[in-house]
Amino acid sequence: MDRSRPVATTLKYAALFAYLVFLAFPLFWLISTALKTPQEIALIEPTMIPNEPTFDNFRAAFSEQPIARSIVNTAFVSSVSAFLTVLLSIPAGYVMARYRSVVSRAAIVWVLLSQIFPWVLVIIPLFLLLRDFGLYDSHLGLITVYVVWSMPFALWMLRSYVAGIPYELEEAAAMDGATKARTLREVIAPLLAPGVVAAGLFAFVSAWNEFLFALVLIRDPDLQTLSLTLVKFIGAEGVARLGPLAAASLVATIPSLIFFAFMQRRLTGGLLGGAVKS
Amino acid sequence: MSVQAPPRRGKARTQPTARRNFLGLDREGLMLAVPALIPVVIFSVYPLLRGIYLGFTDAQAGRNTETSFTGFENYQRLMGDSYFWESFRVGLIWAFSVTILQFFASLGLALLLNQKIRMRWLARTLALVPWAMPPVVIGIMWRLIYHPNAGLANSVLKDVGLISENIDWLSSFSLALPAVILVGVWAGMPQTTVVLLAGLQSVSRELHEAASMDGASTWQRFRNVTWPAIAPVVTAMTTLDFIWNFNSFGLVYVLTEGGPGGATRLPLLFAYEEAFRYGNYGYAAALGNAMVLVIAVFVVFYLIRRMREAK
Repeated sequence: MDRSRPVATTLKYAALFAYLVFLAFPLFWLISTALKTPQEIALIEPTMIPNEPTFDNFRAAFSEQPIARSIVNTAFVSSVSAFLTVLLSIPAGYVMARYRSVVSRAAIVWVLLSQIFPWVLVIIPLFLLLRDFGLYDSHLGLITVYVVWSMPFALWMLRSYVAGIPYELEEAAAMDGATKARTLREVIAPLLAPGVVAAGLFAFVSAWNEFLFALVLIRDPDLQTLSLTLVKFIGAEGVARLGPLAAASLVATIPSLIFFAFMQRRLTGGLLGGAVKS
Repeated sequence: MSVQAPPRRGKARTQPTARRNFLGLDREGLMLAVPALIPVVIFSVYPLLRGIYLGFTDAQAGRNTETSFTGFENYQRLMGDSYFWESFRVGLIWAFSVTILQFFASLGLALLLNQKIRMRWLARTLALVPWAMPPVVIGIMWRLIYHPNAGLANSVLKDVGLISENIDWLSSFSLALPAVILVGVWAGMPQTTVVLLAGLQSVSRELHEAASMDGASTWQRFRNVTWPAIAPVVTAMTTLDFIWNFNSFGLVYVLTEGGPGGATRLPLLFAYEEAFRYGNYGYAAALGNAMVLVIAVFVVFYLIRRMREAK
């Protein structure tokens, strides 16, 4: 049919091209800006590709702002959050998959509610609560919030992974006299590895990218996460600083990109596959 | 963000009924669930309930011990607060525009990506770029694009001849909201496209071919074959998108901080300012309660649609 309708085909590719420029070009522009010299950024007629690509902006970003410190902070908060989220979600996800109980049903409702919830309703009392516990303006407080915040989704993922593991395996272990905790540790957990990695990465990237809680809960500049440092960066808005700002933003994007490259098959393939099968 | 877990292998089995407590768990099950339950109850359920209560008090920064219950006073104040109505109006315009534009733009893209095209994998990967970026970086990136002097938007529009003078998009009272809406659409398109693409994959090929043989036009086939198949997905997705958009914060905060003059001050930004700039915790919480009510209306509307579709 394509060959018989050249006009339609051309229009189709033109439309697709326009879409892709719209969606992918801003990232290209960010990269381009990050590699330009201050003089080139200040040109009235911006150039698409930097004339003399330079990494000076990256150097400037790290020296002008405490980017390195923020990266360490963010990496620490994100890894601990991811670890704790997964650690708590494995047994709870198991219970959700294997028991028909009030708790499992309530958890499902909670998971769904958490998707549509306006966080402002929680953030004020959460701020007050953490302050009362002495956790305001501390990494521990932020981690606590991130763990609770990532858990609905981690639970949801791990629950379906557990449901995919044949129950017969557990029965065999039970026959041999293993307790449930031991069965979970030695039989189920190893089979859950892909789900654990996916849930852990999700929790890590959510924490890495998060902004609102960090904005409300962290005040000390030494404790700031990357999102906060970047936003502070905007305040000092000379044209000369656009380069370092773009460079620092690119650095902040790296974990997201890695996560995405890793998960892409599951994000698109899984979703599409599931739809085709049903 | 949604990720699909692998399909279930075999039929899921649950525990045989043993000695259970009132929750429906035996002792071992309870021991496994408790480590997750405790933080969730303390840091999610409790703050939620306290947040609802807070909306009926006069809690303020620095005097929380003397907080007293004030009933509907905050809500009466909200009703008479022109800043609230302004943010509410901005929030509705933002959420409706982003959701609707995002839907139509994504539908077009999904229809294109669903066809036999060359380099489809590359197109699909490029189309997902916004999804792989942190919201704060998206905000910063678009600030570079909208920059009054060095920005790409001005340069491109001048080249095309649509404008002759540089525009400071994000500082213009009339242009800031449309500019921000465009970023919202940009950021949300990949997810919507993937969901629609998944929906399109479920459309029956045989039915399409049969309709084609009977001489149905492209539009007729879309209207009568494709649309009925994806309609349930569309209803669910647009409802969720609306709610998410109505609740958004980070993107607009980074782009404009709600300015200029409140032109892009979404309800959450208004609540944030009230709570953490002016210390009016009770009043901000009341606004949160009001937002939940609005969202509840949409959820109910969606459930009614669902029930009608199921019939």
